[in-house]
Parts: sequence; structure tokens; C-alpha cells
Amino acid sequence: MSDAGTPMIELRGVSKSFGAKHVLRGVDLAVARGESLVVIGGSGTGKSVTLKCILGLIPHDSGQILLEGQPLTPERRARMLERFGMLFQGGALFDSLSVWENVAFRLLRGPARRPRAEARALAVDKLRRVGLGPDVADLYPAELSGGMQKRVGLARAIAADPQIIFFDEPTTGLDPIMAGVINDLIRELVTEMGATAITITHDMSSVRAIADTVAMLHEGRIRWRGPVSRLDDSGDPYVDQFIHGRAEGPIEAVR
Amino acid sequence: MTVMTSIQGFLAAIGAATLELCRAIGALALFAVSAVAHAARPPWYPAELGRQILRIGYFSLPVVGLTALFTGGALALQIYLGGSRFNAESVVPSIVAIGMVRELGPVLGALMVAGRVSASIAAELGTMRVTEQIDALTTLSTDPMKYLVAPRILAAVIAMPMLAAVSDVIGVMGGYLVGVERLGFNPGAYLRNTADYLLLQDVTSGLIKAAAFGFIVALMGCYHGYNSGRGAQGVGRATTNAVVSACILIFAANYILTEALFSS
Repeated sequence: MSDAGTPMIELRGVSKSFGAKHVLRGVDLAVARGESLVVIGGSGTGKSVTLKCILGLIPHDSGQILLEGQPLTPERRARMLERFGMLFQGGALFDSLSVWENVAFRLLRGPARRPRAEARALAVDKLRRVGLGPDVADLYPAELSGGMQKRVGLARAIAADPQIIFFDEPTTGLDPIMAGVINDLIRELVTEMGATAITITHDMSSVRAIADTVAMLHEGRIRWRGPVSRLDDSGDPYVDQFIHGRAEGPIEAVR
Repeated sequence: MTVMTSIQGFLAAIGAATLELCRAIGALALFAVSAVAHAARPPWYPAELGRQILRIGYFSLPVVGLTALFTGGALALQIYLGGSRFNAESVVPSIVAIGMVRELGPVLGALMVAGRVSASIAAELGTMRVTEQIDALTTLSTDPMKYLVAPRILAAVIAMPMLAAVSDVIGVMGGYLVGVERLGFNPGAYLRNTADYLLLQDVTSGLIKAAAFGFIVALMGCYHGYNSGRGAQGVGRATTNAVVSACILIFAANYILTEALFSS
């Protein structure tokens, strides 16, 4: 494929406005193959919009998005999505389908289609990987707790052994212990599969558990980027304020 | 000065509303074209299509059947009343049949289905939009227009004519019951009269209308649900808009189709 120097995903000057609201003002960001990047930033700084621009769910206004050094055309994006998984903030499980049908969604339709029994066995296997027993397989998403829904979402995201995984606020709405469990699972899975991962979060425990590299998004631009080991001595007052959760500092808190 | 600015404000408000209307019509037209294009090209999802036909067609049977039964009965009474003013009571069977099959069966059936199905499609897709399930489909290499919208529209276009056919039969039966039990018609004569005056094109024109109404019902549900605003309020508004716009479009399309089928 491509050499190790080419980033898996690269954003160059990506901008996006909704009416008069400039959410992204030229985001430059690169993720290497097999790297786990965590994007931090306050609510409404454009973290979700950045992910949605990469996925093509929201068209960006200007700038370039590259996959392995090549511009991401609709055809290339479709091919990227075949080896892709995403854990959504609320799980985004299909409530008309049972748990195992959710996990095996890709395996039940489309080009990677398998017989139902085989798809089910694979789904049960992925459920076990995220710590859920086979008894959960036939339940419906509405019957599960928030933490279990996140795990099922995680199982669905890894069902087709993705090369690229996105995690959208993986610990939001979970108790601290469950958040820790999910963080550890994400780290294990990313390492184990060698996947390229982008996580967006404002939970500092997630950052330290998941990240190889941290980038901070502020006012529509990447404010700071560096290895997670440098996070505490970044020398950037914005990053310092954010990671320590201080109300006073350069970032204006709207109360 | 203040008069000028208030006039300008007034004109600006009219302009903004007009532009918004044009935008909505354009967006709806694009959505409709895209939905039809997706319904025409593979991959298809037969399991989804079957489930939607069951939901739109089969589970609407009680509502549509009862509507037709009572409408046929009331129609028989009204026509008897009107006909008796010029000694034409005998037209009851044929007018009930023509009225049900050409007009009331398809239109009232579609309005009932609009209330049931447009609303539930809009609420379902709206909730899926709000909880990111529609985005999740894209990340699972599944086009939501193909997986969610196309089967619902196809199912409605298939199921509505079937519902209209059932509604035709039950409506005529409603007229028959009232005619025979209440107005003293001879049962055999009533049925013969119905059969003799009803033309095949009465039936086909009603079924063509029903297919068009089915398209409208599903399209409105899908369009408003797919583009639902955020939160419970957004889904609520999508549901209301789906039902109201489906009903109005059914009436408008009914006139246009009747005119087209009238002159042909």
C-alpha cells in the first residue's frame, strides 16, 4: 500500500460554517497508520463536525481530506467505510433489531454477507470480546443499560475487523467505573487490531487511557498537538486550563 | 424613516418566507427523485420491503375497512335521500359503487393511512436521525436512502392499491347492508345493479389514484422524518408536518388525477 511516512488520514485547512457560525476555521491534523489520536476540546468546538466531515456526513466548505495521501473521493470513501467502525455517543444501536443483529449488521447484508448462523456466531464472539455473555444476544437495545449499550456499540464497531475506528465521546453518560472499563477495552482493541483510531472526548481519563497522541481543538483550529506523555508539560495555557478543568484561564467559559 | 424601515422589515419577512418555501419545494423534489432512483437500483432489501408492506398494508386493514364500511352506509342513505327528490331512488347501488370505487375509497383510505403511516414513519426516522442511527447506517456501508426510504416508498405504492381494492369491496358492502336492511332494496337486484353499471375503468382509475397516494404518504413520512430537527420537539414537529402535508397533497393530487383520468 503506502509507505509508513504517509498519514492514514490527513486534514489540510478544513473549514466548515453553518450560516454565520464558523465551526471549523482551517483544521490541520494527521493520524499515522496504527496511531491512536484523541481530540480534546470543549463542547461546541467542532470535534463532532470534524469526524462527520471525514465521514462525508457533512460536506466541508474548503480544505482537503486525504486518505493515505490521496484525496477522499466518494468512491474512496465508500471503500474506506468497508473497513471502518464507529462507536457513537449514544450507541446509535438500531432499536428494531436485536443485539446480535446489530453487531452482525454488516455480515447480514451487503458484499460481506454470511449465512445467518455464521453471522450470529461471529456476533456472539464479538460480544464476548467486549465482556457480554451470549444471553444478551437476543435482547433488544431498549432492554440494556447505558453501559451495556456502549459495549454492544463497541462490538458492532469492531465486528468487521476495521482498519480505522472512530470513537465519539465513548464515556459520556457512564459511571466512572464503567468509563474505566470502556477506556481499557478501547485501548486493548485498538492495540490488538492495529487499527488507526480517532477519539473525541472531553473526559481526561479517556485521554490518558486511549491516546498515543493528543490534539486540542479550540475555536475551529488545532491549538496543540503532541504525544500524551507531553500533555502535562505542554506549555500551552489553553491545554493546561482544559486538562485541569479550571474555570479561570484563557478559554472563556460561557456560563 | 421608521415607516421606511418597518416597510422594509415587512418586505424582508415576505421575501424570507418565499425563499424558504422555494427551498423546501426544491429540497422535497430532490429527495423524491433520489428516493425513486434508489428504489429503482440495487441493492434492494427484500426483508425490509416485506416488513414495510405488512406494516403499511396489513395493519392498516382494520382502519381502512371500517372507514369504507361506514362511508358506504352513509353514502347509500344520502343518495337515497337525494334521489327520492326526483324519483330516482333506484340509482343508489350504482352511485354508491361508483362513488366508493372512483373517489371515496382511495381518498378516505389514503387519509386514514396518512394519519397512521406518515406519522409513524416520520416519528421512526426522526428518532433514528436524532439518535444518530441514520449516521450509523452510513458508517456501516449502508445507504440510508436505500435501506430506510426506498423500501417504505415501494411498500406504500404496492400496498395502497391493495387497501383501496379491499376498501372498494367493503364500501359497496356497507351500501348493500344499508340498502337492503334499512331502505328495503331487493338483495339480488342491488348486487345486479352494482355490477351492471360499474366499469372496469372506474376500478382502475381508483387503483391508480391509490398508488399515487401511497407514494405521497410514504414520501412525506420519510422526508420529514429524515430531515427531523433535534430533540423530542424536532421529532414532534416532523410528525405533525408529515401528516398535514400528506393530507393536503393527497387532496391536491386527487383533483389533478381526477381531471387527468376524466378527460382521458
